[in-house]
Amino acid sequence: MATATLDPAVDQAALFEFLLRLGDNALILGHRVSEWCGHSPALEEDIALSNTALDLIGQTQLWLGLAGEVEGKGRSADTLAYLRDGFEFRNILLVERPNGDFGKTLMRQFLFDAWHFLMLKALKGSTDRRIAEIAEKASKEVAYHLDRSRDLVIRLGDGTAESHRRMQEALDDLWAFTGEMFMGDAVDAALAEAGVAPTPHSLKAGWDEIIEETLAEATLKTPADAYMHKGGRRGVHTEHLGFILAELQFLQRAYPGATW
Amino acid sequence: MSSEWPLWEVFIRGQHGLNHRHVGSLHAPDAEMAIHNARDVYTRRNEGVSIWVVRSSEITASAPSEKGPLFDPSNSKVYRHPTFFDIPDEVGHM
Amino acid sequence: MYAQMVKTDSARVRSLDEMDPVERAFQERIDAGQKIEPKEWMPEGYRKTLVRQISQHAHSEIVGQLPEGNWITRAPTLERKAILLAKVQDEAGHGLYLYCAAETLGVSRDEMYEQLHSGKAKYSSIFNYPTLTWADIGAIGWLVDGAAIMNQVPLQRCSYGPYSRAMVRICKEESFHQRQGYDVLMKMVKGTPAQKAMVQDALNRWWWPSLMMFGPSDDASVHSAQSMAWKIKQNSNDELRQKFVDQTVPQAEYLGLTVPDPDLKWNAEKGGYDFGEPDWQEFFNVIAGNGPCNAERLNARKKAWDDGAWFRDGLVAHAEKAASRRQAARIAAE
Repeated sequence: MATATLDPAVDQAALFEFLLRLGDNALILGHRVSEWCGHSPALEEDIALSNTALDLIGQTQLWLGLAGEVEGKGRSADTLAYLRDGFEFRNILLVERPNGDFGKTLMRQFLFDAWHFLMLKALKGSTDRRIAEIAEKASKEVAYHLDRSRDLVIRLGDGTAESHRRMQEALDDLWAFTGEMFMGDAVDAALAEAGVAPTPHSLKAGWDEIIEETLAEATLKTPADAYMHKGGRRGVHTEHLGFILAELQFLQRAYPGATW
Repeated sequence: MSSEWPLWEVFIRGQHGLNHRHVGSLHAPDAEMAIHNARDVYTRRNEGVSIWVVRSSEITASAPSEKGPLFDPSNSKVYRHPTFFDIPDEVGHM
Repeated sequence: MYAQMVKTDSARVRSLDEMDPVERAFQERIDAGQKIEPKEWMPEGYRKTLVRQISQHAHSEIVGQLPEGNWITRAPTLERKAILLAKVQDEAGHGLYLYCAAETLGVSRDEMYEQLHSGKAKYSSIFNYPTLTWADIGAIGWLVDGAAIMNQVPLQRCSYGPYSRAMVRICKEESFHQRQGYDVLMKMVKGTPAQKAMVQDALNRWWWPSLMMFGPSDDASVHSAQSMAWKIKQNSNDELRQKFVDQTVPQAEYLGLTVPDPDLKWNAEKGGYDFGEPDWQEFFNVIAGNGPCNAERLNARKKAWDDGAWFRDGLVAHAEKAASRRQAARIAAE
């Protein structure tokens, strides 16, 4: 494990915030995806989706672990995951959307994977070596996630009339939650300035390209850009997050101080 | 009743330089997805570097009843094995 | 066990002299320890019994995902969450291997699902019990997987090649399952009094159902005798149960737990424990569909299957479209 190399040029509070965003996205999406285990439409899909969830849980450990290190107050990845309340979570709203049917879960995965893939690719060149190392490992996993979710979106979009309808509905329903991925704030500006991370906006063109190409092949219609929801990145969430945390944190909250 | 995904046989090369080995089977709608599924089902513990899939229905197998005629005749070709030949020790390794 | 009380259609086990030459040759190969492979001649009873046993085993794996799956979203640390998810995922994999093994006998996976969903095919009684606390996750790994391993290890030597090979793979993958369960419990008994009480409560609830997994005594069962003659069952239910108790009681003692059986005591003469009789009335009730979770488990499986029909059909439709497009392109190119 790399030791903390405190670069005075980088605002440590901003860096902490940024790492929480990455870690919380992985944590909450991993949680959602893991809800399918044992309930998927085919055994092969059950196994594949669990692999995705396992990758995301592993990435959570790395990002939140580093966040705790940067914060320097002795909080571990587990402490951060299990003992923060909703307003302290920094994931985007998209990943806390309920699973819906299997198509909606795959669409959410695809919209996120495309962004995640580009984000990690950029982070491989981060000036912070610790971030670059995690991104290197995670980007291989996410390249496969994107391969798979993209392939399934195409197949189901261009499948039966019913699968097409469901995928279009999923897309229309989730679209308003995609804008948040590309909205920047002072944290992003500070990290971009220091070469630690790309600005969110810089990923938009690449994302548009992946999405457009895929949706065209899937015979799905890209929704018009209208109002985009936001708030997760600064701790203002939907009602869903509270229920996720109630489950996720149950044991740690019910038995304070116990080790498992 | 919907139609079932066809069955595929999966072959995995465990390490560089080894043959692909039959590891099992799975269901998938087509070859590309069979490869994806094989990766997720059969390489969860880092077992492979390359995957082949083939539709189970495309495999032609020798008939069990012909086992005698197919394989017994080679039993008598003992001269194909190096141990058939006695080479004196003083000749050295051969 | 994961396959309990499998019927064989045999009224009694016949001797070699009573068999026609083909069946006799088959039985002699089994007696000589040879493997039977798909498409080779086999008695219809052997084939049917294997289909019943392997599919019941497979159903147990995928229904078995549900009680533990309950706790994936509530696992107490990120590492425990990953371990549990990996384990439950393995169970899906084991179900898959086993369904594939059964498919070599001329039955499709969809047909087997149909039998599960209609209630015609059974799965292990153990998965109809609820997982009420995190300690249950430990108890399932320790006791339920422990009991399963007792049965699965000898099944690696069973006479049917595809089943035997599936068991080899499963046993290899499963070696971490029991250990992770015991590890969960070791951590908890060293923790707070509340955690320790939770572990004892889990043992109280899972002990007897675990012993029932081996099924009632089958010393007098013609089905068991036939299955043993065919080498698709290696040990009697009582033998395995005894072995399980002898192995597990010291492990319970190490955890500082009390096994909930007043009749349990060491018998130096036989070199094993004497123990009480499980409540077989309860067992038959659970098998008959009256366990605490039978309805939930079966409904969850049916829901997953029914809700997923559009997904499976969509992918088939796409594969067909893509294939005909490729063909059209090939014709156009010629």
